[in-house]
Amino acid sequence: MDIVGNVLPQVLKDEATEDKGEMARLQSFVGAIAVADLVKTTLGPKGMDKILKPTGPGQEMTHITVTNDGATILKSMYVENPAAKILIEISKTQDEEVGDGTTTVAVLAGELLREGEKLIQKRIHPQHVIAGWRIARDVALKTLRDISSENDIESQEFHNDLIKIARTTLSSKLITSDRDYFADLCVKAVLRLKGSSNLDYIQIIKLPGGTIRDSYLDDGFILKKQITIGCKRRIENAKILVANTAMDYDKIKIYGTKVKVNSMDKVAEIEAAEKEKMKHKVDKILKFQPTVFVNRQLIYNYPEQLLADSGITVIEHADFEGMERVAAATGAEILSTFDAPERRDQVLGHCDLIEEIMIGEEKMIKFTGCKKNEACTIVLRGSSIHILDEVDRSIHDVLCVLITTVKNRRVVWGGGNSEMQMAAACEEEAKKVQGKQALAIEAYARALRQIPTIICDNGGYDSAELIQNFKVELQKGNLTSGLNMNDGTVGDMKELGIKECMRVKEQAVMAASEAAELIMRVDDIVKCAPRKRERA
Amino acid sequence: MSLAFDDYGRPYIILRDQGQKKRMKGLEAYKSNILAAKAVANTLSSSLGPKGMDKMLVSPDGDVSVTNDGATIVEKMEIQHPTAKLLVELSQSQDAEIGDGTTGVVVLAGKLLEQALTLLDKGIHPLKISDGFDRACDVAIKHLETISEEIDIQANEHEALIQAACTALGSKVVSKRKRELGKIAVTAVLDVADLARRDVNLDLIKIQTKTGGSVEDTRLISGILIDKDMSHPQMPKEVKEAKICLLTCPFEPPKPKTKHNINISSAEDYKKLYLQEQQYFVDMVKLVKDSGANIALCQWGFDDEANHLLLQNELPAVRWVSGTDVELIAMATGARIIPRFQEITPEKLGKAGSVKEVQFGTSNERMLVIENCQCTKAVTILIRGGSQMIVDEAKRSIHDAICVIRNLIKDNRIVYGGGSAELACAIQVLQYADEVSSVEQYAIRSFADALEGIPCCLADNCGLNPITSVAQAKARQLQESNPRIGIDCMELGTTDMKEQRIYETLSSKKQQIQLATQVVKMILKIDDVIAPDDY
Repeated sequence: MDIVGNVLPQVLKDEATEDKGEMARLQSFVGAIAVADLVKTTLGPKGMDKILKPTGPGQEMTHITVTNDGATILKSMYVENPAAKILIEISKTQDEEVGDGTTTVAVLAGELLREGEKLIQKRIHPQHVIAGWRIARDVALKTLRDISSENDIESQEFHNDLIKIARTTLSSKLITSDRDYFADLCVKAVLRLKGSSNLDYIQIIKLPGGTIRDSYLDDGFILKKQITIGCKRRIENAKILVANTAMDYDKIKIYGTKVKVNSMDKVAEIEAAEKEKMKHKVDKILKFQPTVFVNRQLIYNYPEQLLADSGITVIEHADFEGMERVAAATGAEILSTFDAPERRDQVLGHCDLIEEIMIGEEKMIKFTGCKKNEACTIVLRGSSIHILDEVDRSIHDVLCVLITTVKNRRVVWGGGNSEMQMAAACEEEAKKVQGKQALAIEAYARALRQIPTIICDNGGYDSAELIQNFKVELQKGNLTSGLNMNDGTVGDMKELGIKECMRVKEQAVMAASEAAELIMRVDDIVKCAPRKRERA
Repeated sequence: MSLAFDDYGRPYIILRDQGQKKRMKGLEAYKSNILAAKAVANTLSSSLGPKGMDKMLVSPDGDVSVTNDGATIVEKMEIQHPTAKLLVELSQSQDAEIGDGTTGVVVLAGKLLEQALTLLDKGIHPLKISDGFDRACDVAIKHLETISEEIDIQANEHEALIQAACTALGSKVVSKRKRELGKIAVTAVLDVADLARRDVNLDLIKIQTKTGGSVEDTRLISGILIDKDMSHPQMPKEVKEAKICLLTCPFEPPKPKTKHNINISSAEDYKKLYLQEQQYFVDMVKLVKDSGANIALCQWGFDDEANHLLLQNELPAVRWVSGTDVELIAMATGARIIPRFQEITPEKLGKAGSVKEVQFGTSNERMLVIENCQCTKAVTILIRGGSQMIVDEAKRSIHDAICVIRNLIKDNRIVYGGGSAELACAIQVLQYADEVSSVEQYAIRSFADALEGIPCCLADNCGLNPITSVAQAKARQLQESNPRIGIDCMELGTTDMKEQRIYETLSSKKQQIQLATQVVKMILKIDDVIAPDDY
């Protein structure tokens, strides 16, 4: 019914709902802030982890995930609230774009909305809030760029910066106690890429057993496959042929073909022809004179035996990714036809040594001294698969951040330094702006300052006091000060060596502001009737 | 629906399943229809104007989209009511014809229906009302043409076009970068426009979205961007002076349409068949290579063997290129689409300055850019943004802006926005009402009131007092006989829309008023609704 008492006809479908104005806004604020609060406790070096238990039938019930990674947590949650979905979405994008800061971005957007809600309650129109936020965002980004520094990519300082950034990123993860070790490991891996941003070349192998400390960086390339029985287990100066071809039987690719015979003899003949065809193929392969043959597809016993007889080591059933990595590392071409043995030198890959190694209980194949020395492998060890998964995610984050840093090269001080400086700049700006927008700019500053505050709170320190002291330090002109989370004081980031990648912060601020603005602009939520699903 | 019974208690059945149907007649039907349509218009009215708000829509599958675009909102609301659906179609036809003003048209229809309701209460016959609306509409359209101004789209580096694009973008979430995006849209349209014929083929502008970065990172690529990569990981990532062979047949042995069987009955045949098969691949690659092509784009897939042969012959190739992309590439590079390998000739190849693979972010996603195409210029706008919802909304906004620019190139007459054009029409219609002696004059007056509803709604959304600001603007229009006085939505201190440079196309405004009037007339003609009982 409307205000005058007319019975309104039903416009939307059954079960569809529409919320307008304040109700809609309240709904989005509640949802977004709830999501932000949920991941907020994982922020910072003293952040806690979450257990994610999958729902659904069957064995998945038993497989749980323990993680500290914002994107992983948010991705695995099923939320109903549309605004909450937006927050999850930006966290995912952050993950894809820079790989780290996934918690920060959700928390920052949540804090912005929390501040926004207060302004709305003061009867300030959302559009004014947005106008203020836009000014604040530009100021914050400008400040961020101004305070960042850049070092030459070849210089020792840049190398040190990378190690510091890796340490900072790792400090909030499970492996924080071994962060120096892993920081060094990751930086070495990334520097091998020589500026290329293809993470594919860095392979991560997880093997339960041993301790985290037993993890290591292998400068060769490790393929998680076995060498076929009856072949040599160690090949020096290997010439590798990488192929993607059917080695079980060659199916006829011409459409509509059918084999029709009228006697047993003919069957035997066809069988022989088939065999011969395979033999022919193997002969062609042999013309390339490889010492190792890697195929993506299955290899049947017959060709396998033929190859082994010729003294070739056979590796079958390599997966697509593994194969591409082998090809990239050894400089081989992936072959599917074998009619040009004269191109041998171009297509064959090369490496100094291939051997079968045992890591823990598993046999693997290790390629050392490859032609193109970009690929490397990080072998992770740990006492349980849950720990390994989490370490894998952490390492992935670090690698992403490092690659982003190598590309962008700008770094800022960590420990909440950049957030506090951005907040201070916003507050300064607010003094110059006329009109209601100024309130929104101040709110933006408060939201930025919430990030170090939450980090303090998570560490169990008195955030109110620490942040105030921090503010004073910055005011005094100590522009490198930041939070020392080990003893709960305000310290000098330069001495502590805490640095962060500017690009990660930049992306977080941009994405969080955009998302907050998007949610703030909504004054009407229409939920369509859920699609009826047929029960299987 | 109620049933009538004869003397023996048997019902008279006129309609099939009469007992399960619901019927509404007369005034009840009018009112129910109008209220339903008004409910939709009310939802949209808060999205109107530069300070309009967005709507969050949750699809049946739980996907969220946030938008300000009228056509998208009503489409995704999944409206069930038959009369309300008419408004959905109204918005969509505005979208299809003009591309912009989809919110405005629905709001105007809502205001007209509101007026019609009071007229019905006065006891005026619906047909008289629709007749009056019709006559008022004609007057308004004529007046719009007299107050419209021609603008020089070339002047001042296309400043007028950029301003018009900014007006269209002003109400969207991307408004903070409206100038940059407006410029991108204008450059894109001008790049592909045929100014002599005053025509723009919008197919040549491809809008590609990619999450990540920020809306600022949106850029114009003077070429075609396709979301594909090279078929073999080891093919070169860049081809300069590309000669493109555009194929719509797969790199596989041919599959004749006629049903056939090949029977193999001896080992010899078997061997022959094998050789034949190998030959197919070799021939195919050779045909492509011989034509002088140095890159092949194919709509279908490749066999592994063919793929490797391509690599071996240093012929980079791309597979599974979508049909629309194939057409776009053909248009831009002057390539002929080749359906059979036998028909490859050097003349049929397309030419482009370069084809190269580009990569985004940390995830391993790559896209291909085809630049400096030989024939018509095709452009791609690559939209970036913090999340899927933002890039989707940005895409819709840019589409609106592009449509506005196209309309201006077709017809360079503009009217001023900010509700000024509606207000000027309202004044004109009101004057006309006094000349009409029949009952229709009430409807004509109401039409004027409905037109005033638009500036009212604008002012309301901007947090101004609607009645005072509209009254002030109207008074000034009358005093100064200046049809450019509107609502100062952005609080810039002037109500003259010429100074604020808020441009709207004449064609869009005309279409809005005409379409809204038509739909309202249609709704007013319905006096009986028979429907299944369950809604």
